[in-house]
Amino acid sequence: MIALLVRDLRLAIRAGGGFGLGLAFFLLVAVLVPLGVGPEGGLLAKIAPGILWVGALLACLLSLDRIFALDFEDGSLDLLATAPIPLEGVVAIKALAHWLVTGLPLTLAAPLLGVLLNLPLTGHGWLVLSLFLGTPALSVIGAFGAALTVGLKRGGLLLSLLVLPLYVPTLIFGAEVVKRGAAGLSVEAPLLLMSAITLGSAAALPFAAAAALRINLR
Amino acid sequence: MELIVSDVAVARGGIPVLEGVNLSVSSGTALVLRGPNGIGKTTLLRTLAGLQPPLQGTVTLPPEGIAYAAHADGLKATLTVTENLHFWASVNGQGGVEEAITRMNLADLRDRRAANLSAGQKRRLGLARLLVSGRAIWLLDEPTVSLDAASVALFAGVVREHLVRGGAAVMATHIDLGIPEAEVLDLSAFRANRHIPAGHGFDEAFA
Repeated sequence: MIALLVRDLRLAIRAGGGFGLGLAFFLLVAVLVPLGVGPEGGLLAKIAPGILWVGALLACLLSLDRIFALDFEDGSLDLLATAPIPLEGVVAIKALAHWLVTGLPLTLAAPLLGVLLNLPLTGHGWLVLSLFLGTPALSVIGAFGAALTVGLKRGGLLLSLLVLPLYVPTLIFGAEVVKRGAAGLSVEAPLLLMSAITLGSAAALPFAAAAALRINLR
Repeated sequence: MELIVSDVAVARGGIPVLEGVNLSVSSGTALVLRGPNGIGKTTLLRTLAGLQPPLQGTVTLPPEGIAYAAHADGLKATLTVTENLHFWASVNGQGGVEEAITRMNLADLRDRRAANLSAGQKRRLGLARLLVSGRAIWLLDEPTVSLDAASVALFAGVVREHLVRGGAAVMATHIDLGIPEAEVLDLSAFRANRHIPAGHGFDEAFA
C-alpha cells in the first residue's frame, strides 16, 4: 500500500501530474476576488472565510476525476483489483494521495491568501485548522464520486454534480469555524461537526467506493 | 494448485456470450483459448480473474493464485521501466525486479520512461510484470500483440519456464506461441444461445 502511495505521489509530481493545479486555482481565486469586489477592507474581511473555503473546495474538485480515471484508462485499475491489496485499501490510499497533493498544500498556503483577503489575524489559526480537518473529507467524498463515475467518458461534470451536495456540510461548518474564530467566538460546535464528517466519511466511504469500483470494472 | 471452471456462463454488457464452459488447468499445464473475435475470450478471462461474476456456474481457484495480463499493460507513462516494475513487485510483496528485466530483455531500457517505449517494448514490460507477481496461474489476453518474432519466442520461453516451475497459464491468442505442450480449447463450441435473456438487468448492482 505504501508503494501505491509513493507511486501516486511520484506521478503527481512528474510532468503532467497535476500537482499545483489546485493550489494555482486557489491562488487565482484569492487574488481575483479582491480585485472584483474592491479594496474595501471591512467587506473583504467579512467574506474572506467563505471565499477561502469555496476556493479550497473548488480547487479540490478540479483534480477529482483523475483519482481513478487515469488508472482505469491504462488498465492499472484492473490489475490493482486483482492484486493482493484490498480494493478498499486502494481507495483509502488514493484519497490520501489526493489530499497530500491538493488538500495539504491548500491548508499550508491558506494563511498567505488570508492576508490578501484581509482576514483578521485571529482567524488565521482557525483557517488552517479548519482546512486541515475538513479537506480530508473533501478528498474521501471525492474519491467515492470518482469511483462511481470511473467508467464514464468525460464524467467530470456528473462527478461534480454528485459530489457538490455532499461537500456542502463541510463547507458550511468549515467557513463557520473561520468566521467565528475570526470574531473571537466559540468554534467548538462547527469544528466538532466538521471533524465528525471527516472521520465518518473516512471510515465508511472507502467501502462504498470499492463496491462502486467493483461494479464499474465488470 | 488447480483452476477448475464448471458449467460457467459469462455475459458481456448484459448479453450472454459463452455458456456451459468446463475446463481445468493444473500445475505445469497451459491452455490456449481460441475462437473468432467477440466469442468471449476476454470476458472469460476477466471472469476467471474475478473481475466480473459468472452468470452461472462456479470458478474454483487457489487464493491469491492468479495474475491477469489484459490488453492494456497498466504502465505509467511518466515512470521508468524500473519504477513501473518495482511498483508491481512491491504491491505483490515480491522481489526479482532485476531478474524480470533481464529475462524480458529490458536491460537496455531500464531508465527509459514508459512513454518513450515502442508498443512492443511496452508489451514486454507489461509481461515482465507477471514475473514479479509471484502468482501461479497466469491469465494472458493476447499476450503477443505487437511483439516481434524474437520477442514471441522469448516470451514463449518464459511461459514454458513458468510451467516447469509448477505454474500454469490460460492464454487467449490467435497465433502459435510455440508451446507444444499447451492444450487448445476452441470456445466456438460454447457460444451462448443469444435468445436467453441475461436476467438480472440493472438490479445486479444491488445484488
